[in-house]
Amino acid sequence: MSPETINLTLKVWRQHGPEDQGRFTTYQADNIPTDASFLEMLDIVNERLTVEGEDPIAFDHDCREGICGMCGAVINGRPHGPEKETTLCQLHMRGFQDGDTIVIEPFRARAFPVIKDLAVDRRALDKIIQAGGFISVNTGQAPEANSLPVPKANAELAFDAATCIGCGACVAACPNASAMLFVGAKISHLALLPQGRPEAAKRALAMVAEMDRLGFGNCTNHKECQVECPKGINITNIARLNREFIKAAVKSAEEIPIFPAGQPEALAMGANE
Amino acid sequence: MQLDAKIPGGPLETKWDRHRFELKLVSPANKRKFDIIVVGTGLAGASASAALAELGYQVKTFCIQDTPRRAHSIAAQGGINAAKNYPNDGDSIWRLFYDTIKGGDFRAREGNVYRLAQVSNLIIDHCVAQGIPFAREYGGLLANRSFGGAQVSRTFYAKGQTGQQLLLGCYSALMRQVAAGQVTMLPRREVLDLVLVNGQARGIVVRNLITGAIERHAAHAVVLATGGYGNLFQPFTTNGMGSNVGAAWRAYKRGAGFANPCFTQIHPTCIPMHGDYQSKLTLMSESLRNDGRVWVPKQAGDQRRPEDIPENERDYYLERIYPSFGNLSPRDIASRAAKFQCDQGKGVGATGRAVYLDFADAIKRLGRAEIAARYGNLFQMYEKITGEDPYQTPMMIYPASHYAMGGLWVDYNLMSTIPGLFVLGEANFSDHGANRLGASALMQGLADGYFVIPYTIGGYLAGTALAEVNESHQSFTDAEMEVNAKISRLFQIRGSRTAASFQIDLGHIMWEYCGMSRNDDNLQKGKKLVADLRQEFWENLTLPGSTGEFNQSLEKASRVADFLEFGELVITDALARRESCGCHFNEAFQTEEKEAKRDDAQMCHVAVWEYGGEGQEPIFAKEPLVFEFVKLVERSYK
Ligand SMILES: Cc1cc2nc3c(=O)[nH]c(=O)nc-3n(C[C@H](O)[C@H](O)[C@H](O)COP(=O)(O)OP(=O)(O)OC[C@H]3O[C@@H](n4cnc5c(N)ncnc54)[C@H](O)[C@@H]3O)c2cc1C
Ligand code: SF4
Ligand code: FES
Repeated sequence: MSPETINLTLKVWRQHGPEDQGRFTTYQADNIPTDASFLEMLDIVNERLTVEGEDPIAFDHDCREGICGMCGAVINGRPHGPEKETTLCQLHMRGFQDGDTIVIEPFRARAFPVIKDLAVDRRALDKIIQAGGFISVNTGQAPEANSLPVPKANAELAFDAATCIGCGACVAACPNASAMLFVGAKISHLALLPQGRPEAAKRALAMVAEMDRLGFGNCTNHKECQVECPKGINITNIARLNREFIKAAVKSAEEIPIFPAGQPEALAMGANE
Repeated sequence: MQLDAKIPGGPLETKWDRHRFELKLVSPANKRKFDIIVVGTGLAGASASAALAELGYQVKTFCIQDTPRRAHSIAAQGGINAAKNYPNDGDSIWRLFYDTIKGGDFRAREGNVYRLAQVSNLIIDHCVAQGIPFAREYGGLLANRSFGGAQVSRTFYAKGQTGQQLLLGCYSALMRQVAAGQVTMLPRREVLDLVLVNGQARGIVVRNLITGAIERHAAHAVVLATGGYGNLFQPFTTNGMGSNVGAAWRAYKRGAGFANPCFTQIHPTCIPMHGDYQSKLTLMSESLRNDGRVWVPKQAGDQRRPEDIPENERDYYLERIYPSFGNLSPRDIASRAAKFQCDQGKGVGATGRAVYLDFADAIKRLGRAEIAARYGNLFQMYEKITGEDPYQTPMMIYPASHYAMGGLWVDYNLMSTIPGLFVLGEANFSDHGANRLGASALMQGLADGYFVIPYTIGGYLAGTALAEVNESHQSFTDAEMEVNAKISRLFQIRGSRTAASFQIDLGHIMWEYCGMSRNDDNLQKGKKLVADLRQEFWENLTLPGSTGEFNQSLEKASRVADFLEFGELVITDALARRESCGCHFNEAFQTEEKEAKRDDAQMCHVAVWEYGGEGQEPIFAKEPLVFEFVKLVERSYK
C-alpha cells in the first residue's frame, strides 16, 4: 500500500442546471492518495461533501478504464487534463504536486449544454452518427466474412480511426468548438474499408451537413483537437474527411441524393438501399 | 413456479431450424402495429433494437448512460468466439458447443448452447459487413487467437478493444434505425419497475435521470438487456460503475424467476487492489495469457524483486498443474489456483495478494514490437494505473468478480416466467452454466439480439391475445406510486452514511463470505451480515438533494438498495447448491486434487428462485438439465 498523500485546492465549476449561471467554488481536498485516479479523488471529495450535508459534484463516468468516453472535464484549461492520450478516469494523482491548485470545469461548447456541474449533454454527437455514420446492412444480409479481403494496412488504419470514444474532448479543445476530428474519425473508419465505399460520398456530405446544423464550428486548422484527444486520433483523419467531402461535392448533388438531416431516404420503410 | 424450457425435440443439429419453422410469423404489414420496449444498449440490447426495427417493429430503447454507445459491453477487451475454423485447426460447431458446455461444468442446456454455436458464424459475417475492423492477416483475411478453455484458435478480435468495436457496430445499426424513425432512443432513463397487465409484461416505469421525472411507457412486449450484476462485489470487480441488478431485480419482484444467482465468475487477471479509495479493479484481458506466463516464487515470503528470482526458484504453477492447457486454463481454475498460491504465502506485491504475469519470454521470442501490436493498449492501461512498465517488469494480477452466469430464467425463446418479458445477454442465465469461457459473452449477446429474439418475439406476438393497453392503465398508476413511495422512503431516512459506503461494505461481505472459495459457515455468516447491513442502510442512509433533479446520489442509493436485497438471494442459492461446480466452489465438495466436485445425481439442475413476498424466503424450483447428446465427465484440463 502506498501511503503517500497530497493536499490540494480544487476550484470546481458548480452549476445547478442549464439555466443557472454557474460559478467556481473552492474546496480543500486533503490527504488524497497519489495512487488514486482523478475520479477517485472526486469520489473522496464527494463522500466528504455528502457527509457534511453539501451537494456533491456531479460528473459523468462509467467504465473508469478509458474506453466508454463518458468521463471528461477541463482540468487546468485542458480537456481530460495534462497527460497525453489519457482520459480523465485514467489520469492519476501521482502527476500532481502537494499544494497544487486544480481548476475543474465542464467541456464547453454550444452543442454541449451543461446538465449539472461537470456533466454535459453530448447527444449532438449521436445525431451526427444518425446522419450517416453507419453501413446500411440489415441483419441477415451479410456475405461470408472472408469473401471480402481487406488489406491489413487499411484494416489497421480503419481500426485506429474507429477507436474514437466519442468523448467530445476534441470539441472542447477547439477554439471554434468544431467536431471535425470526431466526424473525420468515423468517415475515415468507414471510407477505408471496402464495405464502406458504396455510401462514402453520401455519408461525408450528410454528416458534415448535420454537424453544421447542430451548431458545431468550422475547422480552421488549430490542431488542438489532436493534442487533447485521449485516443490519439490523428488529424490526418480530418484531411481524409476533406478529401471525401470534396470528392462527393464534385460528384455533384444530382447524382447523390442528400437527405435532410435526421431522415435518410428509404430507410423509413426498412428497405435496403 | 412452472418451468417449461420449451426445447424443441429431435436431433441437436436441427432443433433451431425446426423451431424457426414452427414459430408463428407476424406479417410484414402487421409488424409496425407492435411496440416493443428494449431496455439496455449493450451488445444484446442494441443488436436487438436494430434487428427488430429492421423488421419493421416500433421500438423504444432505453439506457442509463448519456448515449447508447457507452453500455458496459464497450469495455470488453479480448475477443469474440465463432466456429469458423479459419485456422483449419479442428474447430467445428460441435466443438464450440462442447467446449462451452464443458467450460460451464455441465450446468447449461444443450439446446441453447448448440444454437449459440450455430449462429456464431453469422455474427462474424454480419459484423464484418457493418465495417468492424477485426484484426487481419497479411493476405487481408481475418485473424484468430486462442482463449482459455479451448485448444483451437477461434477468437476474433480487434486488438484489446473488441467490445468497443462490436458495440460501435450495433450502435451504428441502432442509430441508422433512429434516423429511419423505427427506434425512439431514450438515454439517461433508469427502469425502476416493470408493469404487468393480465399477467403479461406491458410496460415499464422509468426515472428520467436529467429531470427526475417519473415516466410511463407501454408496449406489447418488453425486452430486458440490462447486463450483469458483478458490482455486487464492488470494488472487487471489473464492471463499470453503472452496472446494476435493479431492472432484473424489480422484474423478479414482479414474478420473474431468478436462475442460478450464485454462479458469479471471478476473473483471474485483474490489476490488484492497492488502496481503500479504489472504485473498481481493472481487467487485464485473458488474451494476455496467450503469451504471458503466470508464476509465483517457490519460496513463501520471498521478498526479492521478480528479476532477482532465478528461473529455478519460480513456480509456473498453471503450466505445472495443468500441462495441457497451462496458462490458458479456464477462469475458475486459474482464479482458484492464484488464491491458493497466495493463501500459502507465495503471493507477491505489497499486499501479498497478487501473482506475476510475465512477458519476458514472449518479448524475447517475438520482439517488443509484436507484443505491442498484440496488447499495446493493455500494457499502456496497466502502466497508467500502476505506474509500472510491463515491458520491463512482470505485471501483477489477482482475481476479481467479472461476469454473472446467473440471471433471469428464460426458456428457449429467451422469455422469462412472465409472458412477454424477454431477457437477453448477460442479464439472462442461459448459456454459460456454472462458468463462462472467455470470448463467449460477446458471442451470446449478439446471438440473442441479432439472431434469436427477432424470431422468437414474433412467435409470441403472433400467438398471444394482447389487450389494448396504454399508459393510463391502472397498473401503470400503481407501479408509479410504488416507485415514488420507495424514492420518498430513501429521502426520509436522513441518516449519516452515504450510499457508496454501503455498496463498498456489501462488496467486502460478498467477496469475503461468498467469493472464490465458499463454505457453509461463511455463507451463513455472510447472509446475516448482508441482512444487518440492509437494515442499517434503511436506518442510516444520507441522501443529498431531491428527486426532481439530476441526482447521482439517488441513482446510487436506489441501486444499492436492490443489491442489498439481491446479495441475500445469491447466498441463499450458494447454500442450496450442495456441490461444487465451475465458479461455485464449496470447500465441502472437492476432489483430492482440490478441484470442484459435482454431484450429477442430485444437482444437475438449474436453481430457480421465485419472489416470496416482502420479508419472506424465496421459493425454490428446479429445471432438471437433461443431457441427451454429451456425456457428463469430470472436467479435466490437465
Ligand atoms: C472489463 C470486461 C471485459 C470483458 N471482456 C470480454 C471479452 O473479451 N469477450 C467476451 O465475450 N466478453 C467479455 N466481457 C463480458 C461482456 O462484455 C459482457 O458480458 C457483455 O458485454 C454484456 O452485454 P449486455 O448487452 O448483456 O449488457 P451491457 O453491455 O452491460 O449493457 C447493459 C445495458 O443496460 C442498461 N441498463 C442497465 N440497467 C438499466 C436500467 N435499470 N434501466 C435502463 N437501462 C439499464 C445500461 O445502460 C446498458 O445500456 C467482459 C466484461 C468486462 C466487464
Ligand atoms: S476524436 Fe478523440 S477527442 Fe474527439 S470524441 Fe473521439 S476520442 Fe474524443
Ligand atoms: S469513465 Fe469511461 S472513459 Fe472515463
